[in-house]
Amino acid sequence: MGRYIIKRLVMTLVVVIIAAWLIFTIMFFVPGDPARIMLGSNATYEEILAKREQLGLTGSYISRLAKYMYNCFIRLDFGTSWTYETPVFEQLVSRLPYTLIVTVSQMIFSLIIGVPLGIYAALHQNRWGDKLVTVFSMLGFSIPGFWLSLEMVILFSLRLGWLPAYGTGGIEYYILPVIGMSLGTLCQNARQTRSSVLEVMRADYVTTARAKGLSSNKVTLKHIMPNAMLPIITMVGGSLGGLIAGSAITEQTFSIPGIGLYMLTAMNNRDYPVVEAITILLAAITSICMLLTDLCYAAIDPRIKAQYVQGGSKKVRRGRKKNG
Amino acid sequence: MAEATKQLGQNGLNGADVKSKKKRNGTGSQVIRRLSKNRLAMFGLIVLAIIVLICVFAPITAPYGPNDYDLQMIYATPCLKHPFGTDALGRDILSRLIYGGRYSLALGLCGAGFGMIAGCVLGCMAGYFGGICDNLIMRACDVLSAIPGQLLSIVISCVLGGGFFNTVLALCIGGIPGKVRLLRAQILSVRNVEYIEAAQSYNCSSAKTMFQHILPNTYAPLLVNLTMEIGGTIMAAAGLSFIGLGVQPPTPEWGAMLSAGRDYIRQYPHLIVFPGLVIMVTVYAINLFGDGLRDALDPKMKH
Repeated sequence: MGRYIIKRLVMTLVVVIIAAWLIFTIMFFVPGDPARIMLGSNATYEEILAKREQLGLTGSYISRLAKYMYNCFIRLDFGTSWTYETPVFEQLVSRLPYTLIVTVSQMIFSLIIGVPLGIYAALHQNRWGDKLVTVFSMLGFSIPGFWLSLEMVILFSLRLGWLPAYGTGGIEYYILPVIGMSLGTLCQNARQTRSSVLEVMRADYVTTARAKGLSSNKVTLKHIMPNAMLPIITMVGGSLGGLIAGSAITEQTFSIPGIGLYMLTAMNNRDYPVVEAITILLAAITSICMLLTDLCYAAIDPRIKAQYVQGGSKKVRRGRKKNG
Repeated sequence: MAEATKQLGQNGLNGADVKSKKKRNGTGSQVIRRLSKNRLAMFGLIVLAIIVLICVFAPITAPYGPNDYDLQMIYATPCLKHPFGTDALGRDILSRLIYGGRYSLALGLCGAGFGMIAGCVLGCMAGYFGGICDNLIMRACDVLSAIPGQLLSIVISCVLGGGFFNTVLALCIGGIPGKVRLLRAQILSVRNVEYIEAAQSYNCSSAKTMFQHILPNTYAPLLVNLTMEIGGTIMAAAGLSFIGLGVQPPTPEWGAMLSAGRDYIRQYPHLIVFPGLVIMVTVYAINLFGDGLRDALDPKMKH
């Protein structure tokens, strides 16, 4: 298991390095000169040249790429923001908590409501409750989160005055961003949970468990849920990446000073060091989420664990070879 | 002899009967029959068809032009003359929504469609050739999927600038890894079956085997994925326009209209209510149809 984790961590690092190369290359070949954009249309040619020199925009692709990679991965220095003229790393550290608070709360909210809703619908299949959940989840899945958030701002902030419309502070500032922007994920969770629980409910071992007289709670908790968890975990692991990427829209809608808003501002100002650093950070977070998802599989499913543990893996591989 | 001919004739008739019955019971007609029995899916399809028709025939259906302004009527609330009200320049929101549907629907269709085509080609190559080709394509997908799709869309959209085709490109790239994986898995499941071996044995080229023999046999999940993806892409396109990327004003794209109305939600909420409702209804109709299509294509999935 330990060897597997190390192998996956190395793979994650490789993926992040290639993602860094990819984003650097995209930014390198972007039309438009950042120095010219920053100085405005009245700047002289000499001023632009001096600015290019100052920003490190001179030199060939290879030399700049090598310098960039060395700074990022050896010195762990993401450079200085061209707009704010502060180290990017410092900004990221100060802004990341806002993004994490919103994203993690969104995920927890969509899980603690979505998964039980899905289980309830599956256990009451074809009854009114199930139909209601099915229709509601499909509808929620089709509502653009930013629009719902704006509508909620109109109702709860502007009309009723219950919650603040934007900004950061106490817990009340996060209620609208969390509910508004995660309803889609919540509904997706409910749908996925419903279908995976229904699939397991038809398995022979569930019938056997019922036939031997186990109570329905026990069958659900001990036989259905552990087997229905795998698709749910896949979905949760995948949705975190989506929620983090969606933080750009959430943060812009609610003026939350997280990394999503930082990235959008940087994009508009052609502040390349910031864009590159945020992409690397998000790629690393997404890759680690994928790794955690895979480890959760192993924790839940003994068959998958058997592939990872020493000896087990060889047996499984040998078995696979035999079966062609 | 006569008896034998009669029997033959009967057999022939029976054969034709069986053939026509088989035709009626073919996979396609079975799918259509199952789909037509699904009331929700049919509802979705009808709503979608109505929306598409209204948008396609915009010059006939829209009461005004998308950019016809009336400075006497700025920020008019819904009334008989302007059922959805007017915006900051007195432009009719209903007409802009109808014209904007052309952009939004086309963005959804093209974004999901081009992503699907790219995913099909790469997934086919990875699954069919295997080896180094498979490894290269799958590792590239690993890297692409490490960058969340929406983030990639934002970066590419910002880098390429606004405009329809740049937005389509930005929207489709993020979805490619998922489709490659889907296709590859499908191809691996049919690669070794007899009809593929048969095609290879009469010297059928790789491309022909892939696109004529393998792809048609893996169409079901692709079709469902494409349908559901169109709805998602319409929302993603609206999201991009909402944050000021993607299709730019004065193009009446739905997301761009939401973005334009955002600063006035306190005084004129109708500016964002109607574009959002239209996006929701369209995506809901597409998802209902996609859901029904999945049930019809794979009855085992229906619980």
